[in-house]
Order: sequence, then structure tokens, then C-alpha cells
Amino acid sequence: MKTGECRWSRGRRTRRVRPTLLRRGFGGQARVVALCAALFCVVALCAAEMVRVPAGEYRPLLKEAGEPGSVAVAAFEIDERPVTNGEFLEFVRENPKWRRSRVSSLFADTGYLAHWADDLDLGERAPAEAPVVRVSWFAARAYAAWKGKRLPTTAEWERVAAVGFTTENGATEREYRAFVLGWFSKPTPEPLPAAGVARANLLGVRDMAGLVWEWVSDFNTALVSGESRGNTDQDRNLFCGAGAVSARDLENYPAFMRAGFRSSLRANYVVPNLGFRCAR
Amino acid sequence: MKPNLIQKFVSLAAVAAMVVGAGGVRASEEIMEASGNPVLTPELPIEQAILTRAPFVPPAIERKHTARVVVRLEVVEEVQRLADGVEYTFWTFGGGVPGSFIRVREGDVVEFHLDNHPTSKMPHNIDLHAVTGPGGGATSSFTAPGHSSQFTFTALNPGLYVYHCATAPVPMHVANGMYGLILVEPKDGLPKVDREYYVMQGEFYTTGRNGEEGLQMFDPEKAVDERPPYVVFNGAVGSLVGDNALQAKVGETVRLYFGVGGPNLTSSFHVIGEIFDRVYPEGGTKLVQENVQTTLVPAGGSALVEFKVEVPGTYILVDHSLSRAFNKGAIGMLKVTGPETRVVYSGKEIDEVYIGQASDAGSAASKREAQLIAAKKEAIEANPEIAEISKEIRMERGKKVYLTACFACHQADGKGLPAIFPPLADSDYLKADKERAVRAVVKGLSGPITVNGKPYNNMMPPQDFSDEQIADVMTYVMNAWGNEFGTVTTAEVKKVRRGE
Repeated sequence: MKTGECRWSRGRRTRRVRPTLLRRGFGGQARVVALCAALFCVVALCAAEMVRVPAGEYRPLLKEAGEPGSVAVAAFEIDERPVTNGEFLEFVRENPKWRRSRVSSLFADTGYLAHWADDLDLGERAPAEAPVVRVSWFAARAYAAWKGKRLPTTAEWERVAAVGFTTENGATEREYRAFVLGWFSKPTPEPLPAAGVARANLLGVRDMAGLVWEWVSDFNTALVSGESRGNTDQDRNLFCGAGAVSARDLENYPAFMRAGFRSSLRANYVVPNLGFRCAR
Repeated sequence: MKPNLIQKFVSLAAVAAMVVGAGGVRASEEIMEASGNPVLTPELPIEQAILTRAPFVPPAIERKHTARVVVRLEVVEEVQRLADGVEYTFWTFGGGVPGSFIRVREGDVVEFHLDNHPTSKMPHNIDLHAVTGPGGGATSSFTAPGHSSQFTFTALNPGLYVYHCATAPVPMHVANGMYGLILVEPKDGLPKVDREYYVMQGEFYTTGRNGEEGLQMFDPEKAVDERPPYVVFNGAVGSLVGDNALQAKVGETVRLYFGVGGPNLTSSFHVIGEIFDRVYPEGGTKLVQENVQTTLVPAGGSALVEFKVEVPGTYILVDHSLSRAFNKGAIGMLKVTGPETRVVYSGKEIDEVYIGQASDAGSAASKREAQLIAAKKEAIEANPEIAEISKEIRMERGKKVYLTACFACHQADGKGLPAIFPPLADSDYLKADKERAVRAVVKGLSGPITVNGKPYNNMMPPQDFSDEQIADVMTYVMNAWGNEFGTVTTAEVKKVRRGE
């Protein structure tokens, strides 16, 4: 991890932790203990920001005859939670070309960071701890590069999302399934709740469901696009019956929804409930 | 597009490029767009489509020429009422379920805009069964939240068509309410009627059972198994009852545009008390059937039904697969007002006793038989021995009843609890007025009373027992614990229940 990153994290953490402890009226020896505890939290947070994901496999939702049933995914690291408004603010502070007023329309739709109060002011609709949304794929990728990281691939992302609260296979966990599906049954709240608070999965990764959609590096390979569909024999689109022809797991509605969502995107799109996290 | 038209576009764009100068890049984009969209026919008069929420239908199309009709339909995901106390996050075309009714004319060029509201969680698209082309528009209308898509089609075939979202998982999008109807009127229009209404059936797969309160989630397992807790008209239980009932006047002809969104169930559509004078089955334009009681409408299909209402009253729209109507919500109402028409329907003329026996009820033999049975019963009851035995039987049965309900308050020894529950044993209140005591059991008793000189002010709820059981338990309490207050017969209980 870069030192700059650690220093930044410490700064943020200190702001959040210390006032709480002080309010509770710690004094003297207790204050020393509290400070030690806070420092421990900072260290823990720095270390816990990325989660090591051991090598595994990803079973794509769609496959054509002759394609392998699963894809090997090498070990990698992934952010414990989505990138927050506060973190993205640091990014645009240091990279003025990604500020709302300066971003190129080629790289981000109008509506880019539209819920922020201003270029460098989050405002009430974008709490610092909430996941950043209304960012394009280009912007997400630039952020990741700035951090020395990258966006996860679909295979990596889905590999992590398939893990449940208590087992490797969330699809067989009743509680996890209800958690994932529950999100689709509720409108998106505004402002969004804080990231990194919800229950972690078995790997220790949070918010893979239940908070926002997330960009992946290869989102546009989810489906063959409208234009090139005409050049292929097989219609791999997810519309109507066609989606059911090549899908392997017809009852995995969340996977269908994620694939459907990704395929509706273009790299310059910004969406009010689409954020991202980084991998390495 | 005709070649001269393309030329016209190109030259127009060229002129624009010359005039704008620096805007040359944009102009060339326009050329691309123009040549890529051969359906553009700028000669047509442009019209904004009138969209209506169910149960209302846009006015009939009066014009006799083709037009370019602009339809703007917004997808909104919204929490709305599914039943009393039950909410659901509906995914809607136009803010309600079913989606807005679209009405165009055969041959019209329809410029379709699908707007997906920024707050939507999902991307959506639209497959209009009225469209001739891949996906029925779905391939051209796939729209991320906060975006808008446009495509254009020519309404080649007249008829009443379902439209629906076709984004994966399609059954879920449809089950969340993403369906509606588009009417392509034949060139010569439809026969004139007095009233037109829009009704659509669909089922909802909630995690909770029917009636379970709160915000309900979509249950994919129930959807796959086709076990919906709700089957409703127009998106909610009771959407067409009470003040929201459809209205008509005696003598009017009503046309219902009826569709089934599904996603899975078909409908045996029936209006209780009416006969469909004319049915255009499956939403086609040919009148193929008259005088129909129930018409079968497939999922993703429709029907036009027409009938003249002759008699005032309330007519019930149902899916005649009756558990859906009576247990899952598929009920609507059509209220017809106006003068009675006794010749068509008399109302109830006679209400008399019917004795379902083989012999003629009025015959001398059966009259004599009834007299003898009554006499025998009287003789048995008059016999003091038998009367005593039947009282004992009654007391034994009454004790059982007492120990299932009454003892909890009045106690097993009948002494009640001081200042809370009055005593029954040696109770002057019980002894004084048998009928009053029976009424307390049948109808409940609340407010201040005085028993054996002590005041009580509590509430006794009505007891849910049969008349026979109440006669038993009353006989028991009036003869237990040393009481000797007499007996109570079933006839006396019945009398109290009737309020005599």
C-alpha cells in the first residue's frame, strides 16, 4: 500500500473516531487507552481496506455450447466496500480534470456527480461515508489508477458476490438470498446509506449487494451489443426468450439482473445508484 | 426512404453545415442519423399521443389520415398499495399498473420514447406486441436508469395489443407490474359505444401470504412455481370497487379493453350478471362471437368485450377461476344506475319456505305426520322423568363448555374474583333475570352492574358458541354450586339471539 493512501485514511479515521470517544467523557488514563484504541483502529482499517480473495472460479450466467462451464479466477485483492463520496472528493481535488465542471462530456454524461453541492463540496445529498455514484466507467477507472489499483473484472466481481454470509455459495443460503433480493424490492433511498456498514460476507467483503450497482472493467462484454448482434448466428441477448436459451441458471434472478444492468450501460453513462470499488 | 428524400436530407444538412460553419461536425452527425433512420417521413402531421391511466381510455381517434404519433412513456419504480396494509415496489410504465393506455390508428408512424426515471434501480425496455420487428421494440429501447431511448415503428396491424418490459429476468419485470395495452384502431375505427374502460389482470408473487401486512418482496420461488398470493385487476386488490367502480347508465353499451399481463396465469374473464353481446377474442379485429358468458384471455393477450347494460345494479368482474376472485383479489365492479327494468329482471318476487321432501307438502298425509311428530315431542318433554334426564345431560355438556371458556373469569367454583369478575354461584343477578343472563352470553355485557350488593364494571365479550351450547352452559351455571335457578332451552337462546 502506498504511504499516501495510509496517511489519508488515518486522517479520515481520526476525524470520525476521536470526537465520539471524547464525547463519552474519557479522561486521564482512559484517554490514553482510547487513543491507543483509535490508533489500533486506524492500523486495522488501513490493513482491512482490501480483502485478499483466494483463487477460485466463476460460473458465468450465459454460456454457449463448447464454452467451459466455469472460469478460473486467480487470487486478487478487492476493496472491502465501495468507494465513498469522501474518497472520491480527494481524487477530484488532486485531479481537477475529473471535477464536475471540467469533466469532458466524452468521458461522463451530464449528471456526473450531479448530487454533489459543487465541484469540491459534497453537500447534504452526498454524505462522505456514502458510496459515490453518478460516476462514469472512465472516471471510476481513472480513480482506480490514481490509487494504484484497477477495476475488478466481471469474473472477479461475481466470484466475490457469489459468496454468502456463512458459506462459499450464497445461492444456497436462505438469509443471503433474501438479503440480495430484498434490495430489488425497495426503492433507492436518498441520500444513500454509509458504505462498509452492512454485514460482511464470508470473505470479509461488504456491500456486494444491498447498496449500489458497481462498475466492472469489462461491463460491456456482458452481452453482445445491439449492433454486433446482427453479425452473430446466436442471439445472446437477454431480451425475452433469448435470454433463457443460453443461461445456465434460470432461477438465479440476481445474476440475471446484474447482467441485464451491465448490458444497459455505456462507458460514459452515470447512474444514480451505480458506484464502484477497486481491485488489485 | 425514397432516394430523393435522402438527397433532400443530405442537401439540407450540407446547407446547415455551411450556415453553422464551426458546427460542421454536428451537421455530419445529422446526416448519419437521417440516412440511418429511413422511417423518417416528415410529411406526416405530428401528434402527441394522449396516454391514460386505467381504467380510463383515450378518446376514439376521429381523424381519417395517417399521422406521426409521438408517445412518451416513463418508467417509474414506486412503492404503492397492493392491498389494505400491504405495499409493494411496483415497476410501472407511466406511474401505475397497468401501464398507460396507448391509442393509435392503423398505419400511424409511432415515435416511441421510453424514459427510465433516474431513481430506477433497474434498466428497462419495452416489447409492444403491436410492433413488427425483432423484440417488438425491446432491442431498441433498452434503457439504463436516468436515460431515454427512442425508436419508431409503423403500426401495420390493427388490434388490441399487450406491451410489457422484456428485460431479464423477464418474469420478474412483468410480475412487478410492467405491462399495459396499446390499441391500434382499424382505419375505419371501431363501432361507437357509450363507455370504454381499461382493465388488466396480473398476479403478484409476494413473500408474504395474502393479507400479510407491510412492504412485500418479490418471491422468485413462488413465481417459478406459479403460486401467486395475489391475482388482481388493475394492480391492486379493490382497485375497481367502491368509489373506484366502473360506472354506466341503463341502456348504455360498455366496451371493456381487457388484457392479461400475467406473467403466468390466463384469465377466465366473466362479468357476473351480464352476457358479453360481442367478443373480439384475443384482441383481434374480427367479431367472431356473440352472447358469451366467459372469455378466455391468455397471458400476454387481450380481448374486447361489449355489452349493453339493461338493468341497474352492481355487476362483478371476476376471473372465473374462482379462488383467484374470492381469495386472491381478482374482483372488480361495474355500477349501473338508472330506472329498473322489471321485464328484463324482476328482482326477488317471492320468498317462501321450501320443504324439500318427497311427498307434497300440502298433502293431508304429510300434515298428519307433522302433527303426530309434534305431539310425540310434546309428550316426551312433558314426562318429568325424561325432563330430569335431559336436564342432567344438558348440565354435563354445559360443564364442558364452562370449562373451556367461562371458568377463566368466573372461576371453576363460580365465585368469580372480587371486584373484577362477578360470581355466578348464589348470584342474585343471575337468578333475577334468566333472559338477561342469556343475552350477556350471546351478545356480551359491559358497563356497571351490581351483583349481591357489590358493584362490578367490566366487559364480557359475546361468546362464540352454538345456541345448543349456550343452552347447555346456562343450564349448568343455573344448577351448579347449589344454584336452583331453572333451565334454559335452545329455543330460548334462539329467541334472545333474534332480539325478541
